Amino acid sequence: MTKAAGMVGLGRLVRLAEAGRPALRFHLDGVEYQAMQGDTVLTAVLQIARSLRAAEFGTERRAGFCLMGACQDCWVWQEDGPRLRACSTLLEPGMRLLSVAPEPWPELSA
Amino acid sequence: MTRILVVGAGPAGIRAAETLVAGGLHPVVVDEGAKAGGQIYRRPPDGFTRPATVLYGSEAAKAAALHQLFDRLVADNRIDYRPQRSVLGLADGVAHLAGPGGAETVAFDRLMLATGAMDRLAPVPGWQSAGVYSLGAAQIALKAQGVALGRRIVLAGSGPLLTLVASQLRKAGAGVVAILDTAPLHVQVLGGLRMALARPWVTARGIAMRAGLGRGYHAGVMLERIETDDSGPRVLHWRDAFGRYRLTDCDAVALGWHLRAETALADLAGASFDWSPVWQQWLVRSDAQGRAGGGLYLAGDGLRILGADGAEIAGRLAARALLQDLGLDVATDEQARDLARLGRMQRFAEGIARAFPWPADMVRTVPDDAVLCRCEGVTAGALRATLPLSGPEANRAKSLGRVGMGRCQGRYCQLAGAEVSAAAAGCRPVEVGRLRAQPPVRPVRVADICSLPPQDQRSIHP
Repeated sequence: MTKAAGMVGLGRLVRLAEAGRPALRFHLDGVEYQAMQGDTVLTAVLQIARSLRAAEFGTERRAGFCLMGACQDCWVWQEDGPRLRACSTLLEPGMRLLSVAPEPWPELSA
Repeated sequence: MTRILVVGAGPAGIRAAETLVAGGLHPVVVDEGAKAGGQIYRRPPDGFTRPATVLYGSEAAKAAALHQLFDRLVADNRIDYRPQRSVLGLADGVAHLAGPGGAETVAFDRLMLATGAMDRLAPVPGWQSAGVYSLGAAQIALKAQGVALGRRIVLAGSGPLLTLVASQLRKAGAGVVAILDTAPLHVQVLGGLRMALARPWVTARGIAMRAGLGRGYHAGVMLERIETDDSGPRVLHWRDAFGRYRLTDCDAVALGWHLRAETALADLAGASFDWSPVWQQWLVRSDAQGRAGGGLYLAGDGLRILGADGAEIAGRLAARALLQDLGLDVATDEQARDLARLGRMQRFAEGIARAFPWPADMVRTVPDDAVLCRCEGVTAGALRATLPLSGPEANRAKSLGRVGMGRCQGRYCQLAGAEVSAAAAGCRPVEVGRLRAQPPVRPVRVADICSLPPQDQRSIHP
């Protein structure tokens, strides 16, 4: 089942323009969603989610910060392949993204 | 032929490349973007349809001219263009790059850095939460993706970008609930007079844009904290110019206090730095045309924060200086005219710096439990507790306290960290010194480093 992307109230981002682009499917944490051609990985994920990942050094979550490749806040995992800097990577059809590390990741004891 | 490497394809890099090509050279141009234009004239991906007038407003013609010029240089094979590449390190006339295809090297005789600037950030308690962004991020999201970062956005900080982003977001239909400027109105007026003397029309346009923001704009505010829950920002706590405590419901916050020059590569290339009392940050030492010595040239916001128009001029100036140093002919009358133009940009920019100052007092008194380093969640209190052991010197404080050690490499915490350390030591930020840049200046996969020859690996991981 493909979940419709950009449902009101779910995602962090709001689409204001450029809504006529072709649809594109991807997976986040094993669930298939729909985004648009030309979306970055960050846009695609944050139209359906409030954040990209957990912080490694705090209890909060992270959703990117500078969007220009300088802060390195927005790295996300894939089921297979290298981590991606979400703000500067365009979404590709069939990408299988993860908001949690595929392998054990040190848990922060709060 | 002399091998020239230009880093950055924003307004400065594009004009530098154009000038070098006109001088008979064939530079390599490396840029992190997928398309040339830099941040201010950033182009959306293929398939986006908004015209330049919508994307760049009053600057549409300048943006389009630069894009067309650069695309023409590429199409005519006048430059060796390498997009989506980050320069990781520089050593012995070789630049080490990482891009989609892995690592690569570029050997050069002269280096032209046009690396631009990023938002200058100050810590506000709660800013580590998801949903807090830089002001530049809010603009990039709109320009390059057509999205707003939330439904009820607070824009806060100070600088020309605050008014510009607010105006652009409003025009695009985004929900901007408050625009909070930490610069008091009387300070803005004094700086604004200098701005108006240098560039009256640009200043008038800014004032008109500000007036268009109406009642959502507040000058002279104090930012207390960003109240957050698991999903992000909920309420912005602030005081207005009369000291009244105010609460603004929100789901996103974008912060920024003007700009900070990106200088990591200049540092690795051996540049000297001076503390700029005007811009309250470390800037590369150069002559008026951008010569930094040893075959290094700089142009644009990475050298002096003059904005896009100034960057175009600086790009031409530095490229002509380079050509001159190679003994090639340059139009010396044009060089003199550009120097005069740059002087006007400099006076305007100094007015901006005075009108929208760095919030030193806010940073010096940031609460102990506020996060100072977003990357690793190091609090202001943790840095203050480190100082008796490390002393105030920035690099020692970083080694022991980890402020500046995270993956942004101090880009967003160095200035605030210096301010907190200086306050604790009873000195000025200049006296705590400057964080040395360390390669790689961008994260890189270990596999990519290992793919380089051993002698080249050392510049990235010494």
